Amino acid sequence: MKRLVVGAHYGLRDWLAQRITAAIMVVYTIFAVLVVLRHQPITYPVWKDLFARGWMRVATLLFAVSLAWHAWVGVRDILMDYIKPDGLRLALQVLFVLLLASYLGWTLQVLWR
Amino acid sequence: MASASAKKIRPKYLSLSAILFQIRLPVPGWVSITHRISGALLVIPFTAWALYLLDTSLRDERGFEAIRGYFELPLVKLGMLVFIWAYCHHFLAGIRYLLLDVDIGIDLPSARITGWIVIVAGLLLTAVLGGALLW
Repeated sequence: MKRLVVGAHYGLRDWLAQRITAAIMVVYTIFAVLVVLRHQPITYPVWKDLFARGWMRVATLLFAVSLAWHAWVGVRDILMDYIKPDGLRLALQVLFVLLLASYLGWTLQVLWR
Repeated sequence: MASASAKKIRPKYLSLSAILFQIRLPVPGWVSITHRISGALLVIPFTAWALYLLDTSLRDERGFEAIRGYFELPLVKLGMLVFIWAYCHHFLAGIRYLLLDVDIGIDLPSARITGWIVIVAGLLLTAVLGGALLW
């Protein structure tokens, strides 16, 4: 008997997205640590100048987008495991989507002020 | 007895409290549940906190100095230590999972060893980074 247990490869797509975004964040983390180490001591002018550079802003934005996507997959997994009532789970999923979108909006605001 | 074992419900669902308090979890299991807990902590509250710190420190000279002073508070230091631990542990455990995905360290003895490495290295990194940043 042929059974269709999932639709449109949602599980695989999310699994893969979580891993690709993880790899992007690993690269950014190492990069950010090296940049901060190279600019010691961090004073306000150094700090401000660092985040005024285009490549730093874009890299940080890429990190933030990866974080939001990665966290969404993780949050959804946790909610599916522990929150059994459908209505409550859906409501929490909506809240977390809004939260992660807010984080992204805040990041944009901080980076391009 | 055979019928009794046949009646066991499989797969057995373990609640979070059962994982933490009722069963004796092997090391890879501890890495798994702490990966989940640290991930949840990073979503709430630590991403919001990091954004607050970045926002305030980049706003102006006064904001930057305010964050400097903020880091002197013992409760902030403690919070930052938990933040650093959550990030480092999640980072290292995540790399372990990426390696497991490509069948590196997949056998049980290796998985136990790398599990211990992740736990210990996470704590060591927290001590080193926390010491360098906060003291």
